[in-house]
Amino acid sequence: MLSIKNLYVSIEGKEILKGINLEIKPGEIHAIMGPNGSGKSTLANVLAGKEEYEVTEGEITFMGEDLLEMAPEERALKGVFMSFQYPVEIPGVPMVNFLKTAVNELRKYRGEEELTAGEFLKLMREKKELVELDTQLTNRSVNEGFSGGEKKKNEIFQMALLEPKLSILDETDSGLDIDALKRVAHGVNALRNPENATIVVTHYQRLLEYIVPDFVHVLYQGKIVKSSGKELAFELEEKGYDWIKQENGL
Amino acid sequence: MTDQDKILAEVTQSDYKYGFFTDIETEIIEKGLNEDVIRTIWEKKNEPDFMLDFRLDAYRKWQKMKMPNWAYLKVPPFDFQSISYYAAPKKKPKYQSLDEVDPELLETFKKLGIPLDEQKHLAGVAVDAVIDSVSVKTTFKEVLAEKGIIFCSFSEALQEHPELVRKYIGQSVPVADNFFAALNSAVFSDGSFCYIPKGVRCPMELSTYFRINAANTGQFERTLIVADDDSYVSYLEGCTAPMRDENQLHAAVVEIIALDRAEVKYSTVQNWYPGDKNGKGGVYNFVTKRGICRGESSKISWTQVETGSAITWKYPSCILLGDNSIGEFNSVAVTNNHQQADTGSKMIHIGKNTKSTIVSKGISAGKSDNSYRGLVKVMPGASNSRNFSQCDSLLLNDTCGAHTFPYIEVGNKSSIVEHEATTSKIGEDQIFYCNQRGIDTEKAIGMIVNGYAKEVLNKLPMEFAVEAQKLLQISLEGSVG
Repeated sequence: MLSIKNLYVSIEGKEILKGINLEIKPGEIHAIMGPNGSGKSTLANVLAGKEEYEVTEGEITFMGEDLLEMAPEERALKGVFMSFQYPVEIPGVPMVNFLKTAVNELRKYRGEEELTAGEFLKLMREKKELVELDTQLTNRSVNEGFSGGEKKKNEIFQMALLEPKLSILDETDSGLDIDALKRVAHGVNALRNPENATIVVTHYQRLLEYIVPDFVHVLYQGKIVKSSGKELAFELEEKGYDWIKQENGL
Repeated sequence: MTDQDKILAEVTQSDYKYGFFTDIETEIIEKGLNEDVIRTIWEKKNEPDFMLDFRLDAYRKWQKMKMPNWAYLKVPPFDFQSISYYAAPKKKPKYQSLDEVDPELLETFKKLGIPLDEQKHLAGVAVDAVIDSVSVKTTFKEVLAEKGIIFCSFSEALQEHPELVRKYIGQSVPVADNFFAALNSAVFSDGSFCYIPKGVRCPMELSTYFRINAANTGQFERTLIVADDDSYVSYLEGCTAPMRDENQLHAAVVEIIALDRAEVKYSTVQNWYPGDKNGKGGVYNFVTKRGICRGESSKISWTQVETGSAITWKYPSCILLGDNSIGEFNSVAVTNNHQQADTGSKMIHIGKNTKSTIVSKGISAGKSDNSYRGLVKVMPGASNSRNFSQCDSLLLNDTCGAHTFPYIEVGNKSSIVEHEATTSKIGEDQIFYCNQRGIDTEKAIGMIVNGYAKEVLNKLPMEFAVEAQKLLQISLEGSVG
């Protein structure tokens, strides 16, 4: 589904990613772990198409197409979804209008009929249950006045509505208490199927107890220095990132 | 230039949607202005005698006045002798039914989407359509007449209700109030008149569409709204002008008088031709709008969505004379390309316990300049008065400007005046967030801008709010139909 080959990325002339290789197949969950500043969020943002990142070398193909050639909205329409680390507030734009626009843009792109207000509200009610999102929230402006936990739940709620092929969860666990964490994880697991894939970007192993990855990759100083099964996450938790540094002679 | 800036540049440089010209035979008097011209206008319109005195008085005062230059505007020198002060469709527009109206004129109205036909009756909108200064057809007059409401063209009011006009004209805006108001008072050709009798709630939104058509004619509209004791009216004004290269002058006057416990809501959606991408052409809009809350507990609210005109000079104001009276001003002003706007409000507190609110939302794009200028004046006798002002500016790029000039004068110790102001640039993170959900940048900007202006848009009557939302989108996007 996703293939990253020898990816080099800079921001404002500073090289952040230095030769990333990654293969993701449908049905898989990959965890990207690493200490602060290792380039995890950069990788997530490059996949989503954020502008200020400059790809200096390498390629990314998604469903057989060159991802780097696509505008961010095109990537989204083709099935790339990012759950933001810090979801932005858009004052005055009701969540429900925002979501209806997003869902109908997707339907238009696929050549499907746009949903009426009634149909959309029905769909929304269904998906809300998945993350137990407070019904009131969708009447508010986009992310405005949401608590940290509500913002993250809201991201997974959007994921449920848009049913992406590839989801990138950028530090979805940060700022969540254990109940919210379980709720979010439950949502992600429920959305899992053999056709889609997920990248979980996280600093801590905690989230991975609830969203169990097939593969764990450790990112350090812009490179994937270790890849293994889910046991790697526990090993990391136990030994800390210093262990990786020593093992790599850094 | 980043992609986003490119898209912003593209979408903010769309062409004017209403740029067409109707070829109707028009009667225009010679260019230039003198006392004879004023007499000619007065004669042609067959007005009562007091109007000649009113016009000549205004003209003589105007001659001694100078064009104001205190606004944050670059106004090219204007030769007031180079335009004609009267233009009227030649076929005398007195029609019994729509079938008699010039088909071209109807086509114009159709393009503008003016609800002149019968089906609009169901929508509950009464329209007094003004094209180049002469009122063509007034609908629903009969329905309104049953309630004793007078809603007609200014000319008609002068024929049929001269005593009412005489009593109230110049009360809010005296003839020599300012340069443009004086000019208007001297030469105004037509406009709308509205009188709501005591205790009557007007059952429908009253609406007027203004449109500038003939080349090189200034448009001097005059609107007078009088709400008698315990009455209520909501009045809508919409403006479009066809595309032209020569600049066109527009100097309107709107007067509102609210008597005891009366309420007047005045809503404007203004999209006069703003000039092309290079700043060529466009309407110069110098408007004086003022309401006087003469009665106790009366209320006047101005709501405006301004997307047009090359130059806008406009400060809808309230004089809060009656005790416990309320004034409101809600504004969204969009400037794009080379447009300049200097707009805001004045709230003059004279009566006790008077309240006023100002909410101004400026949106600047292209190379435009958008200024808020406001005065809140609390007189010594206006004890326990309150004002709250909020002025927000949204910038869409690095080449436009937003400016705020608030003036506050408080003459007593029991009153409270608050002023808040913010300036922000449209968030790249907000746009990216929308993009990531499959919403393209153009749509995202439309959505964010509408969200930003929502507080004001919500104050508009329903059918107008939808139109205004579309207009905001159109003035900032390339998706012109």
